[in-house]
Amino acid sequence: MTGRDGWTPESAALVRPYVITKGRNLPDEDALSLLTLVTASAEDTRRPARLSPEEQSLLDLCSAGYLSVAEIAGHTHFPLGVVRILLASLMEGGHLLTRPPVARARLADREILEEVLNGLRAKFG
Amino acid sequence: MGSAPSLDERDYVREGATQTAVKILVVGHFAVGKTTLIGSISEIEPLSTEETMTQAAEPVDDLKGVKGKTTTTVAMDFGRLTISDRIVLYLFGTPGQQRFVQMWEDMARGALGALVLVDPERLADSFPVIDLIEHYGLDYAIAVNHFDGAPAREERALREALDLLDDTPVVTCDARDEKSSAAALTTLVRHLLDRA
Repeated sequence: MTGRDGWTPESAALVRPYVITKGRNLPDEDALSLLTLVTASAEDTRRPARLSPEEQSLLDLCSAGYLSVAEIAGHTHFPLGVVRILLASLMEGGHLLTRPPVARARLADREILEEVLNGLRAKFG
Repeated sequence: MGSAPSLDERDYVREGATQTAVKILVVGHFAVGKTTLIGSISEIEPLSTEETMTQAAEPVDDLKGVKGKTTTTVAMDFGRLTISDRIVLYLFGTPGQQRFVQMWEDMARGALGALVLVDPERLADSFPVIDLIEHYGLDYAIAVNHFDGAPAREERALREALDLLDDTPVVTCDARDEKSSAAALTTLVRHLLDRA
């Protein structure tokens, strides 16, 4: 399958995931959930040459704004686990800013739900 | 591996809408219309993520008769809706198979609730889906995806067949239609507010 952006997933299928991740393990679930929003850090002006091509392209993808971890996986066609490992390594290098989803307890459920309800009504009538 | 896919500005989460990401699950059996529903209301073209799962081997898959575990790839389709400057809502289409326990735990954690999409002609296929939702303690509403030409089923009969609580909302929708899908989602959120 080729995405509408012409990004072909074949390299992900040909290269075993543990090669892309250099054998690293999954990061802590709380650090990078599906809904963690990620962007390249503004100070990220000089990039070490030792970033892998996959890390480089994730960084490029994240440079123009925030995306969720799930969206990054969707756009790159990498398996979710691989994306989380690569992002964790970029975080360690100080290349990324993340905003974890707010834990439900920290913002009243009612407040969120009311805002979602109003938003849906405003959008769809 | 070449350059990264180039995205439009609107592919990114709107600046400001980065305070809280929340999710609602769209659940249902195979081919019930989950992706169609998500696609009809998502502001981005629906995306898919793949996760490798370990599951108990199906006997039929096991030619040597050796019991064990196999890995399988589960695809989850999802879309996005910017609700306000503080909230961005993700809709995750989640397959209703019980054997993907790990995926269900990930999906259910922190979800506001679930919209259960039901095909009135295949009601029995929805039983395990509803069992799973209840097992993970998610509040839900039922959206009956009304396919062309399918006879409308009486709501009472459907409630009985699915063994629903009296206050569980049941709406009919056309998953291809934006307004209709949004109305089903709105019904769910109103129900979640009642329960909050």
